[in-house]
Parts: sequence; structure tokens; C-alpha cells
Amino acid sequence: MPRLPDGDPAPADGALDAQALAGLAGVPFGMYLHVPFCATRCGYCDFNTYTPRELLAPTRATPGATDPRAGLPSLVASYTDAARAEIDLAARVLGADAPVVDTIFVGGGTPTLLPTAELTGLVGAVRDTFGLRPDAEVTTEANPDSVDEASLAALAEGGITRVSLGMQSAVPHVLGVLDRTHDPANVARAVRGARAAGLAVSLDLIYGTPGESLQDWRASLEAVLALEPDHVSAYALVVEEGTALAARVRRGAVPAPSDDDEADKYELADELLGAAGYDWYEVSNFTRTSRGRCRHNEGYWAGGNWWGIGPGAHGHVGGVRWWNVKHPARYASMLAAGDSPAAGREALTPEQRHDERVLLGVRLADGLPLSDLDARGRAAVAGLVADGLLDPGAALGGRPAREGGEAQRRAVLTLRGRLLADTVVRALLGF
Amino acid sequence: MMVVGLRSAGVAPGAVRRNVPHRTDRAAGARRRRPARYPPLSTLARTPLAPHATPPQRIRNFCIIAHIDHGKSTLADRMLQKTGVVEERAMRAQYLDRMDIERERGITIKSQAVRMPFESGGEPYVLNMIDTPGHVDFTYEVSRSLAACEGAVLLVDAAQGIEAQTLANLYLAMENDLTIIPVLNKIDLPAAQPDKFAEELAGLIGCEPEDCLRVSGKTGEGVEDLLEEIVRQIPPPVGDPDAPSRAMIFDSVYDSYRGVVTYVRVVDGNLNPRERIAMMSTKATHELLEIGVISPEPVKCDGLGVGEVGYLITGVKDVRQSRVGDTVTNQAKPATQALGGYRDPRPMVFSGLYPIDGSDYPILRDALDKLKLNDAALVYEPETSAALGFGFRVGFLGMLHLEIVRERLEREFNLDLISTLPNVEYDVTLEDGSHVEVTNPSEFPEGKIREVREPVVRATVLAPSDFIGAIMELCQQRRGTLRGMDYLSPERVEMRYTLPLAEIVFDFFDQLKSKTRGYASLDYEPDGDQVADLVKVDILLQGDQVDAFSSIVHRDKAYAYGVLMAEKLRKLIPRQQFEVPIQAAIGSRIIARETIRAIRKDVLAKCYGGDISRKRKLLEKQKEGKKRMKMVGRVEVPQEAFIAALSNDAVVPEKAGK
Repeated sequence: MPRLPDGDPAPADGALDAQALAGLAGVPFGMYLHVPFCATRCGYCDFNTYTPRELLAPTRATPGATDPRAGLPSLVASYTDAARAEIDLAARVLGADAPVVDTIFVGGGTPTLLPTAELTGLVGAVRDTFGLRPDAEVTTEANPDSVDEASLAALAEGGITRVSLGMQSAVPHVLGVLDRTHDPANVARAVRGARAAGLAVSLDLIYGTPGESLQDWRASLEAVLALEPDHVSAYALVVEEGTALAARVRRGAVPAPSDDDEADKYELADELLGAAGYDWYEVSNFTRTSRGRCRHNEGYWAGGNWWGIGPGAHGHVGGVRWWNVKHPARYASMLAAGDSPAAGREALTPEQRHDERVLLGVRLADGLPLSDLDARGRAAVAGLVADGLLDPGAALGGRPAREGGEAQRRAVLTLRGRLLADTVVRALLGF
Repeated sequence: MMVVGLRSAGVAPGAVRRNVPHRTDRAAGARRRRPARYPPLSTLARTPLAPHATPPQRIRNFCIIAHIDHGKSTLADRMLQKTGVVEERAMRAQYLDRMDIERERGITIKSQAVRMPFESGGEPYVLNMIDTPGHVDFTYEVSRSLAACEGAVLLVDAAQGIEAQTLANLYLAMENDLTIIPVLNKIDLPAAQPDKFAEELAGLIGCEPEDCLRVSGKTGEGVEDLLEEIVRQIPPPVGDPDAPSRAMIFDSVYDSYRGVVTYVRVVDGNLNPRERIAMMSTKATHELLEIGVISPEPVKCDGLGVGEVGYLITGVKDVRQSRVGDTVTNQAKPATQALGGYRDPRPMVFSGLYPIDGSDYPILRDALDKLKLNDAALVYEPETSAALGFGFRVGFLGMLHLEIVRERLEREFNLDLISTLPNVEYDVTLEDGSHVEVTNPSEFPEGKIREVREPVVRATVLAPSDFIGAIMELCQQRRGTLRGMDYLSPERVEMRYTLPLAEIVFDFFDQLKSKTRGYASLDYEPDGDQVADLVKVDILLQGDQVDAFSSIVHRDKAYAYGVLMAEKLRKLIPRQQFEVPIQAAIGSRIIARETIRAIRKDVLAKCYGGDISRKRKLLEKQKEGKKRMKMVGRVEVPQEAFIAALSNDAVVPEKAGK
């Protein structure tokens, strides 16, 4: 699991200063709910998630039980109590400035490991406490194996508007390396069920898995296109430190992913998705219409505000970032004691906010207005265009300067630039 | 600040105390508190002779010639103890090696002289033990120490036999007509073979095996007999007490409290406090602020007469004003002829030293200025490298000298340094007959060259005879010419080679050790120069020459050097967003080529809530790391790549991951 960042201590009451609270006005506000449970842990995953077996002392687990969900109900009860307490805490901290919520995203972990009523109950708690805009986007991640037609309908009934299914691959041997146990056929069933329930559907894919050929990757992309989802996310596999996969790579049991291979696969994804009408709107995210975009995630990239509920969740309000303790038991006990579960926070300096604005903004197809860059960054633009990393039309075109054309110029990545976004960001930050 | 004082020869008690473990410290302090103008008496010396009032016939000046590890310091300690100069409880192992680096490496860099009282046959004597440096780079200093003595103890490990360097110093001592007392040490070791090595020594110096004394510095066995033999065998010094004074400087050490402390051996006349002295080579004059002897702490005295050994303090701050080998005389009544044998220290090996952090340049300059005060052989001048920035081209006596200076700069001045590949000095004659002295490959002329001369050395290798083949092969590869070969015993052989100095400065000794399983020993001394077919190989990154990697090599080895460097760099330099060709070239002719493929992907796939802080922190780290990047044209080269490429390791692991 990734370590929490180093930061300053967070106050016990979770209070935010007036300057941070002032940043709430006029900016969309999101709620992220982290569900830290999975039935099994996948070898590549370093998210803050736990199996019931890991969390329960052996004496409390039913002797001889093989059901990976044994003991889950008590964990869920403790978790949902704590999460509701944090929703209340958020309302107290934001006080009169508390905005109505624009988006909710339930991630994990495996949110659909929660009984549907518990999951929608948390959404209800947010709605009851903060209010939810009528057109709010409410997404939950879902494991294709842990949903069916009925549960998807119940989710929709409970206020969910969008599901993001962890498909990862359509190729069994690739899923095997990832330790994903779902039956590829279940993905199609889940998509149909979600559609029937009126939910928008996003499919997640991972490319660059050891042993995945370009042909395998093409097969996964074609399977996705056949399902005609509203939204596709495609992530290069990162071998995270401390995972079982990292250990296998270190031992030489599987080859490390190669950047060159991942570049080939990204280019293939861009080609096939593009041909089917799915355009990128963020480096790893594709959709057919601008309405299909994930507004919650757009909030992250636009420097928006959100509160992260749950163990290990991160939040951001008005230039203050904070993160919760990671262990569900510690998280629950802090909230039970009436304290904020935050483990640390950082108040961003103007330079840090600038760095974030550039590193996030440049990832978007809408691009980063050149007016957001400092002099060194603007000086780097021509070179990046010459290197084929920035789109010449967006960066240099537009109307003449005297007609205000300058203001419309933006740094928009080319296909090559998307793959080398890190290089571009460094140049735009002047180093 | 104190760092320089660490090298002090026991002249400043404060400086010494710092190096002593606590327990010994108290004992040493107690000893100093006693108002001891003269050293304490021992059972062996009841009536010590005072300096300045010692008849020459009662003086014995000797040194110990030994290889590293053969126990010289332990034996010297034992002698100090047996003569009562150091009390047992104040004894610290290897009393005479004071400097940290010396102690850690078990080698002596700078010599000292200790005056020991001794009684033999009911008569008092003075034994002056002059310590000699123990490494090939300091041959000249050794020769001056030897010149200050009438005799030498040839100390050989009874388990290992004589080593090349000891042999070289033995020959040097014999050339100086010193009386040699052969001694086998460590006879207490189970592996000792004193009979075998007594034969070997007898063969070398022309004595009988039974003439070899057998001692154990560790247990003290045989040490008193040795002291007796020193009195019996070594002739007393001879000089004219009424002639104008002449004293030879055999060591010169900077101490941060007292300035330069000069060690001398009086040949004629005498030296007295408060008189003005003149240095005969530099004509510089100084007032003698203090004169004394080391016993083993400095003790002021009323002067030094014929044959005596002691120290002088004049208040000068730079050892260059008090050069080893120079003759000290009385300014008012000067000698007309200097003692022979003086020569200016001449650097043999050159390397560029650059601070890794460019802003440390002034610290490096100050540090070199400070080290220079104590190291007459250290020469340097500022130079600029396109790749490495501002630094210095530094000249050294040899590789150990280079290593010691570099280590002291890093350790005592907290500097992180890059040193370029060491090279020697070349004399290049152009078509028009003009000469260029090249101490840095980048000065190698581009145009038509008539000839290039390189320095050569006369090298002696001692090894078990099993390894003759391996040694010949290595020396052949290094362009050596066999000059002769002698068996010291049926199992041990002495091989004499002429080798280009450039071929041994890099990793010759390491190779020699590894090819002989550690048994071979090496000694060499400069032996003029020779014409050689040498070329400069340049390394180009994307067409831009990287000056720090240029090297002057023999034409037959140019290709190997080019291939090695190009491959090393391909593995060390991170992929850039464009393809980077690495070429090795002689002039405009490309002799080797590698390519660093362009990087195609560096983007982070996911960037959501918690990823943002992590990503930003990573960027902040990269921003810091950028300061450790050097630009070669458009190519970013990390400092680490320079360091690794310039290191001796031939093999570099592939870059991990990207």
C-alpha cells in the first residue's frame, strides 16, 4: 500500500481556516467515499483495502470457515457508523459554508461488497446532510462478479447514477496474472443490467500486464467496444512497491512492464477507441460525448474541492489537502472518540498550487491556458511544439493577439505528448 | 579547522589528544602534567645524554625499512617502551602513526624521528629512530629519511618474506651505504618460517642466515637484543663540529598551532635557538623560534650538534618554505655547499577534481590551499570542464597520493568530488618542432603531431614463481618490456620491467593482485620517457564532445576504450525524449557507437485524489534532482553517471526499469 504523504499534523477537530473555507464558493463540491474491503487482494493492487480475514482476529473468525466474506457484517457495521460520523464531522467543519454536493464517487476496495442498502444508505446520508443537486453524478465502482440485475436496479433506486466496472481485461490469462477472478462473461451481464437500471456505464481496463501481447490488448479493447459503454478508462499497469506482483517481478517470475510496450498499447487504444468515437478527455479517460465524462474526476483535475470519507481517503478544500488514517479500526475509533480521522495535512504554497495546476491541467484534452503559466513555462511552449509534444494549433493559433487570441491559447498534448506528459510538465514548470 | 593539525607530528598536544581513545587520553594527559623537561628514566637508560651535549660517537641514527603490515609500527612502539620513552600504560597501539587515514590503512605517510636514551655496556647512548614513509609514491621522501641515517633495520614478516617495495627501499639504503641489520618479525606467529626467510634475506644482503635477528614486536621478544645490535653495528655519525652548520631536512609537517615543524639531521656545526637560519635551495631566511627533540612528545632543547636529529620551528606556514631534502645553514655564517640529493617534488599523475555541487568550488579551493601547507608535492591549478564545471587539475606523486588527497578533501572538508580518469604528463612535438606539455587530455593538440613522449617507470614485481606467466601476460598487455628476472629463492622471483607510467596508474596494481591471488608486490620509480603511438579518444553525446571522458591512450587500445566508455554511458544515461547517439572518436574518425533509444512514455496513468500530493512531491524531487543534472548539449546527464563512468569498474549494470 502506498505510504501516506509526509505533511503537517492535522488538528483533532479537523478544522479548516477561513482562507481554505473561502475557497469553497462557486466551485463544484464532491464527496469521495472509500470502502476499504475486498473479498481477496489482487497481486497488483496497492490501494488501501483489506480482506475480512486480515481485519478479524483468528479467534473471531468462524473456525474452518472458507467463506472469504465471513465476519464481513460486523466490519461493515463498524465502517458505516464511522463513515456516517465523518459525514457529520465534515458538515461541522464546513459549517455555514457547506456547499450542496455536485458529485459522489464511491470507490475502494470493492464498494459492492457492502450490502446494497448500506451502500445507498451512505449516499442517502450525504444527501440528507449536505443536499445533493438534482443533476448530481453519483458513481460507484463495482466488481462485475458482485453485482446482478437486481442489485444494480437497487443501486439505481438508491440514488446511484453511474457504475464503473473493473473489467481490466477480456483475456483470461491476463486476468489470471492480475489475480482477477471474474468471469469475462459477467462483464457483459453487468453492463446489460446497469443499462436496464438506467445507469451510465464506465469500463476500466489495464494494459501492460506481464504476458499480455499486443493482440491480447486489442482483444480487450474490441470487447469493450462491443459493449458500447459510455466511458472507458485505460490505465498502464504500475508495479507498486510492496505488492505481491512487485515481489514476483523482483524474483524474475514475471517480466517487469516495459514503457515501450505500454506506449505501443496506449497508441493502439487511442487508435481503436478513437475510430469508435471515443475521444480522450484526460490522459487515461475516453468518452463519446462530453456528457459522458466523469464530472467527479474532472473536479480533481480542475483543482476542485472534495471531502474524502473513509480510511486512507484524501480530501482537498481551498488549497488544504489532508488524508485519513489508513486502518479501518483506527479510523473508526478516532471518529467514535469524536475526533477527526485525519492523519496529516498540508497547506499548499502558491508555488505548489501552481505546480499542481500545471501537472493536472496539462493532462486534459481541454488543455491548460497558457495564461496559467509563468514566464519560464511560456518560454518552453515553442520548444514543446517543435518536439511534437504540444498541439501547434492550440498553443500558437487562435486569433491575433490584438483580438484577444492570446487568452485562448492553450497547452494541449499531442498523442506523443500524452505519453511524455511528465516531460511536458517539467518543461512547463521551467525545469 | 583542526583537520590539518591531524597530521602534526606530535608537536601540538591538543592535536594529538583528539585522535586518542578516551582511556589513553587520560593517561597521556597525566604524563604531560608532570614537568618533564627530559624523558623519564627507564631501567635501560639511567643517565640520558642531553641534546646539544651528545658526543657523536654516542649517537646511532637508524630507520626501519618494512612493508605495510610487516609490523614496523608495533616494533617501533616496543622500542619506545623498552627505552622508557613511553610508559606502558600510556602506550597506544602504533604510537607513531597519528593521522586517521594512516591509522585506518595501517600505513605511514609521514616520517618522524624519536630520540631514545639507551644504555649499553654501562655507557649511555642516544638512538634516533627515523620513521620512513611506506609507499611507492613517496620514494623521494624515503630516500631523504635514509640519507639522515647511518643504518637501517630491515624488518621482514617471518610469515611472508620480503616484498617488492621493501626490496626497493633496501636497495636505496644500500646505495646510501647504510649498515643493514636484517630482522625477522612476528616469530610468534604459527605461520612464521624464520629459517626459510632468513635464507632469502641473507641472499639479498650478502650475510649469513644466522645474522638475521628474530623478534616479535607483539611480545617484545628479541627487541632488547636488537637495540644492542643497533649500538654495536651501526656506525656513529661523522661531521665537522667547527664547520659552518649544515642540516638536512628529511621531513616537514604543518601544524595548525605551531606552523611548519621541520625535522632535520645535523651534519656539520650546530643549530641553536634564536639564531637566523637560511634554506639553501630557496635562499629564504627564518628565525629559529624553537629547536627540540621528539621523545616522543616534543621537548625544547638548547640546540642540536653534529649527528643529532630534532625539529625546528620558524613560524612559517607553508611546507614549501621548508622543503624535504633542502639544507639548513646559519645565515650569518653560511655553508658554501648544500648537502647533495635535493630535488623538487615532481607530480607524476594528474586528475581533474570537481565538486559535485558547483557551489562548493570555493570550499574546494580553500581546502586545497590548506592541504598544500602540509604537502609540498601537491600542485594544482584551476580548470574548467564543459561537462563538470569549475574545478582543479591536480598533480600527484602517484595513485596513493591521489587517493589520500581525495579522501582527505572529502572527509575533512565534507566535499563530494568527481575525479576524472588519472593521466600522466605527455610531451607532444608538433610538425613545426614546437612542444606542448599535456596534463589534461583536452589540451592534446588537434593538428599534425610529429611525436608524443610518455613517462616510463622501472617497475619491480616480487611474486611466487608460480605466477610468472600471469605477470608476464599482464605486463605485456600494459606495454611493458622485461628487463630482467631473478630468483630470490626457488619459490620467489623478482621481475624487472620498464612500463609506461600511464599503464600502471589506472588499475595495474589491482590487476596484479588479482592475477597473483594477492601475493605479488610492486614497486616502481620514474625512468625517463619514451616515444609512443598515442592518440586522444573523445566521447561524443549527440555529437557534442564530453571533455571529461576524453582520454589519451595507445592506438592499439583506443578501440577498446571507446567501446567500453560508449557501453558504460549507454547503461548510465537515462533515456531522453530523443535518441542519443554515443560515439567514440579519434579526431573525426568514429571508432565505436552506441545508441540510447528515445523514451516513449513517462506519464503516470492515474492521477486522482491521493495521487495528486504524491505526484507533486515527485515533481518537487525531480526539480531538486535537476540540480544534479549536467547538460551536454540537449542531453541531461545525471552526476551519478559521470561518477560511475569515471570509476574503475569496467562493468555497469543495466539501468533499472526505465
